[in-house]
Amino acid sequence: MTAATFRVHVDPEKCQGHNRCYSISPELFDLDELGMSSEIGAGLVPADLITKARLAVANCPEHAISLTEETEPEE
Amino acid sequence: MTSRHPPVENWATDFDHTDPAWAADPYPIWDELRRRCPVAHSDRYGGTWLPLTHELVSEVAYDTEHFTSRSVVVSDERPGPDDLPAPIGLSPPITSDPPFHAIARRMLLPAFTPKPIAALEPFTRDLCRDLLAGTEGRASFDAATEYAQHIPVRVIVRFLGFPEEDADLFRRFIRLVLEDVDLPAEEREERFAEQDAYMDAQIEEHIARPRDDLTSFLIEAEIGGSKLSREHVRGTMILLMIAGIDTTWSAIGASLWHLAQHPDDRHRLAREPELMDTAVEELLRAYAPVTMARLVAKDFDFHGHQLKEGDWLLLPFPSANRDPEVFDNPGVVQLDRARNRHAAFGLGRHRCLGSNLARMELRVALEEWLARYPDFELADPSAVTWSGGQVRGPRTLPVRVL
Repeated sequence: MTAATFRVHVDPEKCQGHNRCYSISPELFDLDELGMSSEIGAGLVPADLITKARLAVANCPEHAISLTEETEPEE
Repeated sequence: MTSRHPPVENWATDFDHTDPAWAADPYPIWDELRRRCPVAHSDRYGGTWLPLTHELVSEVAYDTEHFTSRSVVVSDERPGPDDLPAPIGLSPPITSDPPFHAIARRMLLPAFTPKPIAALEPFTRDLCRDLLAGTEGRASFDAATEYAQHIPVRVIVRFLGFPEEDADLFRRFIRLVLEDVDLPAEEREERFAEQDAYMDAQIEEHIARPRDDLTSFLIEAEIGGSKLSREHVRGTMILLMIAGIDTTWSAIGASLWHLAQHPDDRHRLAREPELMDTAVEELLRAYAPVTMARLVAKDFDFHGHQLKEGDWLLLPFPSANRDPEVFDNPGVVQLDRARNRHAAFGLGRHRCLGSNLARMELRVALEEWLARYPDFELADPSAVTWSGGQVRGPRTLPVRVL
């Protein structure tokens, strides 16, 4: 048995502050005082927010957001 | 608008963004050039390039080595290497290059994040309701001049702390900078001097009576321990005025123009108000008003084209937004288009500073309009006129309430 874990990450070198991700999912992204985005915490995506995470990736004009799936054996 | 230049006969070799055909309907022109070229060239304005695909437009937007932002509005007065103060430019940060660009931009960014912009929403909503109340009982009126154009003007007037009664003056300045690019140089210079004098008077007024607005903020702002130069303050004020008004007015007008002709879309927005954010992005994609420009910074080979230092290059984000390589059915407005990486606000370090403000104004303007006038149509489709040049939107938009 395996359990998949999804994480989002914003590349700070690429983010230009369009705020599309924040508008789609303020649960997953936060903005600094300049309006630049970063993932909240370690970027862990709860199961009910996977769709929003995918939309954030697909709507970022700068291709700054990645969504990775980590598969680890269950103990 | 009427062009002062001869009509274009071959768009691939002689295009002109002030040509009436471009203003009226640029999409077929761009679609054809995107397939045929996809980098067009024209000898007009002293030599201008036009890349059409999303890929090429992105490449230029990210390349600050070969392209400079010293001037971003193509006109007959092509600046020479010493005419504009690099790397600051006349209207920082839009006319600035790295590394100064980041410093000038950083200073302004906090005022344009979602939180301060949300604070302007109730004001904007009241304003839209007042404007609509002014049209009450009339069977038809002009949605561009009686509604769309007033919204960003009043918001920017409030932002900068200018007298509200000067709104007509702003429209004249905007026309000068963005549309009258083919006027004789002496006439433009005279009018630019008038604009500078107006800004200087506002600066003096704010020095005498500081207040909580962006003009006072710029006067007090410091870079590296020094106050900004008068030219920097004035240039940024002009930028915020021009970039903040014409663009949003165009986006609101173009969206209403679309909705006037698509009852299904109107009804869907009324039925599914939660779709509004997605719909706003789609309307921005399909009717992106702004084409940017760059100057070529040094001679180089751009995909087989020999670009020369000082050549103009138009950066048509609206064409990138209709590239079938990136968007399915790009010519069709799909209000629920969920995957929409549009470039209406540009790409890279010059991303539109006011994008959150523009989105808020467009969303509120449409919400309030649809609440008051759920059904309307173009009163006379042939009477609709569009601005030419680098910001495209309806300037006359007669609608009939149904």
